[in-house]
Amino acid sequence: MAKSTVKAVSGNTAAALGTALCSPDLIAAYPITPQSSVVEYLAQLVADGDISATMIQVESEHSAMSVVQGAAATGARVFTATSAQGLALMYEPYFRMSTLRFPMVMAVATREMTSPETVWSGQQDTMSVRDAGWIQVYCENNQEILDMVIQGYRLSEDKDVLLPVNVCYDGFFLSHLTERVEVPAQEDVNKFLPAYKPDHVAFDPKRPMAIDPLTPGNILIQYRAGHLAAMQRALTKLEKVDEEFASVFGRKWGGAIEEYRCEDADMVILTIGSMTGTARVAVDIAREKGLKLGLIKVRYMRPFPVEKIAKALEGKKAWAAVDRSVCFGWDTGPMYMEALAAATGNASSFSVIGGLGGADIALQDFAKVIETLVANKDKPGRHKTLWLEKPF
Amino acid sequence: MKEIRMHGRGGQGVVKSAQVIVKSVVAAGGYAHFIPFFGVERKGSPVFGFLRIDDKDINLKCQVYEPEVLLIYDDTLLDMPATFSGMRDGCAVVINTAKAASELDIPSNAGTVALVDASGIAMEVIGRNIPNTAMLGAFAKATGLVGWDGLKGVIEETFGAKNVKAAEKAYESVQKVKG
Repeated sequence: MAKSTVKAVSGNTAAALGTALCSPDLIAAYPITPQSSVVEYLAQLVADGDISATMIQVESEHSAMSVVQGAAATGARVFTATSAQGLALMYEPYFRMSTLRFPMVMAVATREMTSPETVWSGQQDTMSVRDAGWIQVYCENNQEILDMVIQGYRLSEDKDVLLPVNVCYDGFFLSHLTERVEVPAQEDVNKFLPAYKPDHVAFDPKRPMAIDPLTPGNILIQYRAGHLAAMQRALTKLEKVDEEFASVFGRKWGGAIEEYRCEDADMVILTIGSMTGTARVAVDIAREKGLKLGLIKVRYMRPFPVEKIAKALEGKKAWAAVDRSVCFGWDTGPMYMEALAAATGNASSFSVIGGLGGADIALQDFAKVIETLVANKDKPGRHKTLWLEKPF
Repeated sequence: MKEIRMHGRGGQGVVKSAQVIVKSVVAAGGYAHFIPFFGVERKGSPVFGFLRIDDKDINLKCQVYEPEVLLIYDDTLLDMPATFSGMRDGCAVVINTAKAASELDIPSNAGTVALVDASGIAMEVIGRNIPNTAMLGAFAKATGLVGWDGLKGVIEETFGAKNVKAAEKAYESVQKVKG
């Protein structure tokens, strides 16, 4: 069993501790709620000499991503963190980071997008950029945040992958949640995560080369095809990384999806992020009442685990997907829309949207979801979206 | 599992004191978590927090709707509908107040009711009206949900010796007026 230290920390601190254990060479960041304390914590570690990273304070998120991009081009292991408007502002270098195939981990304390003006929780920020070429994993608790930063670097730097990773976790519900976290020993992290030695591109005065010249479509299309192929390889790799992580640290997160009490279930709820914990309790309560209910925790939105989801939903009579964000074009949540595209057959299904702008997703909300599942169970096909509305 | 809801005002140190409780429980080998609810971030506005303590991992990641313990850091919050909303029968209530029980409107289904002049203690011992560490002493004494020595250790390392004194003073002076 690996050595570890038990601490009570916030999700943001867990992200920072995970990052520190990965010994980044450079961190650049701009503060934004609810992420700020991630980089504040790291800045303190740098100032105290606890980690040897270079810390660069920049004037915007666009600059933060541009700075880490330049450093990544020299072969540095880099980190930043952001939320909502910050992510929106960095969109241009954000897209370029993945399409240049530079590995990195960026923590995102997910936050609702304006308007109306809000600073609270929601996954609209990261969901809106799920097709910007990054790997996206969503966490359920603070331990998973810490562990996925470490797994994230390993996956990101894998020679068959070389893609940046977003470790996404619910703003406030996790970023400001304090709970028990096991912090692994540095020697174990070193064993799991070897030093990053890039060989595909680097700013090196002894070996001058042009990076990212103007590229015509006939070549660009090959880059895109290669990027998509890497995403598909990541789908297999992330399972292996999770298994190897388990062999060193004793914790396994389940790869792209985790199935909970699904084996004999005829009804299933799909969840993403911190709501999953509450949903587990809701499933346990429903099971005590004799309902055959299971849960699929969707961990990765990119790459999307199409086959795994199709298989997990096979033979189920009814399912619902609960999103903390919206898909404007489909009158549904985005995870529902993608799960529906992945599912085979014509089971009864519906989208659930809740928890926007910091609203809670509580046990009574899952009770509503379960009630609707039972009512729709014998009526195959798509049903209307259920909004988890809250009283004013 | 014990579900606890905290009500206070911005600037009273509700979040910090909740984190101290979580740290104490975790250091003693237990499980606890705290979710703060931020409204508008300014001094004096009502703030909430949701604390759970258990002997196993806590899956719930939502607010507390049916508290078994209420920690109220400011007695001007007693007439807000949110304060006693959903409280379970026998709910323990710890209130920072200089008033007598007869002057306070506390629902009759409350169990233990404990009163402490945490603001007065804070002014006297720390010199500032930050009642959070005194409330910790009252909470420990009134509920027994957290080990007293461990709690004092975390208070000392988080806030310093003066705050331990404030907590001790509250521990000694908290009055159980019911239960």
